[in-house]
Amino acid sequence: MNFKTKLGLGILAFFTLIAVIGSWIAPYDPSAMSDDLLSPPSGSHWFGTTMTGQDIFSQVLVGTRGVMVVGLVCGVLATLLSILVGVTSGFLGGAADEALSMLANVFLVIPALPLIIIVASMLPSADTVLIAAVISLTAWAWGARVLRAQTMSLRRRDFVEAARASGESTWRIIVFEVLPNLMAVIASGFVGTVIFAVMLQITLSFVGVISLSTWNWGTILFWAQSNQALGLGAWWWFVPAGLCIALLGTALALINFGIDEYANPRLRKVRA
Amino acid sequence: MTFLLRRAVFYLVTLWAAITANFLLPRLLPGDPVQAMITKLGGRLNSDAMASLYILFGLDDNKSIWQQYVDYWGSLLQGDLGLSFTFFPTPVADVLSQSLPWTLGLVGVTTVIAFVLGTLLGVYAGWKRGSWMDNLIPMTTFLSSIPYFWLGLIAISLFSVTWPLFPASGGYAPGLVPEFSGEFIGSVLEHAVLPGITIVISSVAGWILGMRNMMVTVTAEDYVLVARAKGLTQKRIMFAYAARNAVLPSISGFALSLGFIVGGALLVEMVFSYPGLGYVLFQGIGAKDYPLMQGVFLVITLAVLVANLLADIGYLLLDPRTRREG
Repeated sequence: MNFKTKLGLGILAFFTLIAVIGSWIAPYDPSAMSDDLLSPPSGSHWFGTTMTGQDIFSQVLVGTRGVMVVGLVCGVLATLLSILVGVTSGFLGGAADEALSMLANVFLVIPALPLIIIVASMLPSADTVLIAAVISLTAWAWGARVLRAQTMSLRRRDFVEAARASGESTWRIIVFEVLPNLMAVIASGFVGTVIFAVMLQITLSFVGVISLSTWNWGTILFWAQSNQALGLGAWWWFVPAGLCIALLGTALALINFGIDEYANPRLRKVRA
Repeated sequence: MTFLLRRAVFYLVTLWAAITANFLLPRLLPGDPVQAMITKLGGRLNSDAMASLYILFGLDDNKSIWQQYVDYWGSLLQGDLGLSFTFFPTPVADVLSQSLPWTLGLVGVTTVIAFVLGTLLGVYAGWKRGSWMDNLIPMTTFLSSIPYFWLGLIAISLFSVTWPLFPASGGYAPGLVPEFSGEFIGSVLEHAVLPGITIVISSVAGWILGMRNMMVTVTAEDYVLVARAKGLTQKRIMFAYAARNAVLPSISGFALSLGFIVGGALLVEMVFSYPGLGYVLFQGIGAKDYPLMQGVFLVITLAVLVANLLADIGYLLLDPRTRREG
């Protein structure tokens, strides 16, 4: 494991920890108003305060959990879907493959963001779990495509043929012969999906279609934007949440590089 | 031409899926937001507008779902997308045709710039593997992990508020009339700089990385070794042998991820109040303007499909194997 991967895992571990303990260590109630209106970062308010005197540091801490939960739930759901569709279509081939890969491509090409915005704003109560499910439905297609290609290259290998010749059932071959060889691809697909889901959730919160009653980093940015934080010069209102998103995204991408380099040694760094 | 035929079928299926999703969503999801809106607008809707909204959102319970579907297609084919609530009483189709050119101009141009720039940098980074270019990768990763809209906010904060170099919002200076004059075009370009750079910076990293990895893989192939053995120039091997093969997955990736990229770019328009589809969509969200939101979705899907077709043609030109097939 190289330095980049370790760094990625370290940052991810940090945010996971904050997601668990964030609401206990937050110095203030994130929604509580105070008399310190729009004050820049200081000793008592590390990230400054909002227009109504809410502590932004506490909002970021408490908001971490919503982000991580949606990322994890979507990652798991969408990865399961992509394995189901991708491996089945790659392994079976023929008409089933044609139909399933067409389905995946349709989901890929249709612009997800406007579609989810419509769905989320039509739902009467857009709570976190429901949103996670909707995001998962749009997030599985890329993974399915990659898995299909990889499965197709495995399908005719000798060890699979051997299993087939010894009379193993199709499902047994898929689960015990093919899937273990796809682990690196599945893992990197999972991490990629988490990035996608986190970005999408934050975006949806930012444009204001997800319920604003629970804190996440996107909600902070929504309030900053709708209160003209930019015009007021209140940079501390939108910088911390954005940096957290970028850090988390970078950490996940670094982990993905690690997985890619593990699976494809040609990508590893060489000394020229 | 089996390649083109297959693609044509794919586009038709995708378009059908998008339109059908648009038809089904308001009928499947609970609540009746459009009915509420119609009640609110009350007598200000004339009977034609009312009828088209009933068709688009399935408010007429007496009709079978199949009859509703047929009526829906009939409406769409006549270009009738209903009335916008936000820009009442302008039809959605008119709102969209006004904002589409702005989006095509901004998002279209910047996406192509990002793709070309990223691919060129990726070719170079993959060719010079092990050099300082490798350090570019973690840096661009960080840039691509920043949400488009946040980068836009930072850009406004730095270059419009702190140092007022560029305008923070709009597509052209207020007071100007859209026309073919130097002043107007200059103003449009000036307003496009910040949102354009934002989109390029946040989308270029993906292309660099994808292209670099493909170059690294392709450089190890035998035909590159043969080209070297023949004593061809480095430049020729790099572009005509390695890059030409390595770019193929990048182009199909480009086509498939367009829907995602355009989504991000729409947000940049929202942040900059740029008069394109993204900003219109944003205004629609606030007003729960479903005819407008659904119209935006359809138009964007259509635009992405057309762009896909163009990418296919590019693929066809670069890869002789697809041409020989038929």
